[in-house]
Amino acid sequence: MNPDRVARIGLRVATAATLAFIYLPILIIVMYAFNADPLQRWPITGYTLDWIGRAWANEGVRSAFFASLKAAIGATTVALVLGSLIAFAVHRHRFFGREALSFIVILPIALPGIITGLALNIAFRTVGIDLGLLTVIVGHATFCVVVIFNNVIARLRRTSTTIQEASMDLGADTWQTFRYITLPTISTALLAGGLLAFALSFDEIIVTTFTAGSDIQTLPIWIFANYQRPNNLPLVNVAAVFVLILSIVPVYLAARLTGGAGTTGRG
Amino acid sequence: MIRGSLPRRLAASLYRHPRAQLSALLAVPLGWLVVAYLGSLALLLVSAFWRLDSFSGNVITEPTLQNFATLAESDVYRNIAIRTVVIAALVTLTDIILAFPIAYYMARVASPRVRGLLVVSILLPLWSGYLVKVYAWRLILNESGVLNWALDPLGLRGPGYGDPAVWLVMSYLWLPYMILPIYAGLERIPSSLLEASGDLGARSPRTFRKVVLPLVLPAVVAGSIFTFSLTLGDYITPTLVSGTQFIGNVVYSNISVNRPLAAAYALVPIVIMIVYLLVARRLGAFEEL
Repeated sequence: MNPDRVARIGLRVATAATLAFIYLPILIIVMYAFNADPLQRWPITGYTLDWIGRAWANEGVRSAFFASLKAAIGATTVALVLGSLIAFAVHRHRFFGREALSFIVILPIALPGIITGLALNIAFRTVGIDLGLLTVIVGHATFCVVVIFNNVIARLRRTSTTIQEASMDLGADTWQTFRYITLPTISTALLAGGLLAFALSFDEIIVTTFTAGSDIQTLPIWIFANYQRPNNLPLVNVAAVFVLILSIVPVYLAARLTGGAGTTGRG
Repeated sequence: MIRGSLPRRLAASLYRHPRAQLSALLAVPLGWLVVAYLGSLALLLVSAFWRLDSFSGNVITEPTLQNFATLAESDVYRNIAIRTVVIAALVTLTDIILAFPIAYYMARVASPRVRGLLVVSILLPLWSGYLVKVYAWRLILNESGVLNWALDPLGLRGPGYGDPAVWLVMSYLWLPYMILPIYAGLERIPSSLLEASGDLGARSPRTFRKVVLPLVLPAVVAGSIFTFSLTLGDYITPTLVSGTQFIGNVVYSNISVNRPLAAAYALVPIVIMIVYLLVARRLGAFEEL
């Protein structure tokens, strides 16, 4: 059924309307970040760049920004190692529990965040580990592993193993083959996966609230703690735009790197 | 000298012993995901049977069904669970309706270049800015926000904060999760089937109902796994755009007060999702993920 002319126009209009629905709220929050009026009213009557400077000068916003950055970099690093190791194991070996492993990798992101968060919270507190930056990194890394795994395994399946065998036939050992053959072939997959993991971690709030304790605030947690304080709302708007940029730009770059492959199917 | 160096000997030995290589690859990830993560989930399950000593506030680890009795007897908890499931169902239905036209356009009308652009523009909001988007809706639904301003000339008001706002915002948040599977499902339908239906005399609406819908159903179910599961676990959206309680809010607010009760209540979405996933698998949704 190829839609006729009227149906095509209808579908085009519906598509434009859906895109507007998806992007207008994002546009609105960006506009509010430049709102000259400290009261959050619409329509916005004047614009200013002041709040950006003030948000950056604010101790709370800045330390939350750096906490988010540390958490995201830490979680991405851990996930890069764990995700690639699993991808190599699943790709190269046949072993008992292989299917189950692919399922366990997906579980932290398929289950509602609140379940992962609560489970980790109970485990940390039962074992007696203090909540802080380290536990946030553990929580984030757990749900970031899947994006690295997905990207790397997709790349490994697309590349032929013959070039690795050729490398070894020519006298390279496992390390040299990894360094000069395998790593270059998976490098963009690692980069794309790493960018997605960073983005997921940077704007995550649900697992974070359960694993952060009271000593550490990431940027999303700072927003969550301040959105009810009318005086802080202009800064909350700016903080929200910081989070938006640092999560949307990496996702965009990852999508460009992979042409969309590996970025679909979050679960 | 290189030939005999330790790394080189290790490499050769790993190559000759694939099992050792496998163990080396998997030791750390299995320790992390199976021991730490699955262990935590198991502990969550077990701790649902613990209880809080009401005098000392300490957790008592003798198994008891007390939490479940508390939850079953209380109208409040039951109503919260019902409210959450009803909103999850409404959100899922809304997203199916909203997702179809754009997914159909992407799969069947758009040129490959436009299709690529559309996929990226659906992916971006799927992956990023969750809290930012909820907060944006808080400003939009505000008494002096965009929605009331836009509706004012028509003599209408926005829903304000409350359950309708939760339905609206969650439908907004999870829409990309529904669009992408439906798009992929529609794209896989061979044109010949649609042409055959047309040749046999079916008009567009009938072809859609009798051919397209049954073929795309597994994809719709796949999308609904996300819309359902994400709604069941969300407590940020109800907190920001409503004063009403959802399953997530009860779990979150009990985490420091009564952990065993939080764990017991968290089993509600887990059980619902397990049942949902079993049904979804029967309907063939897993191939669409």
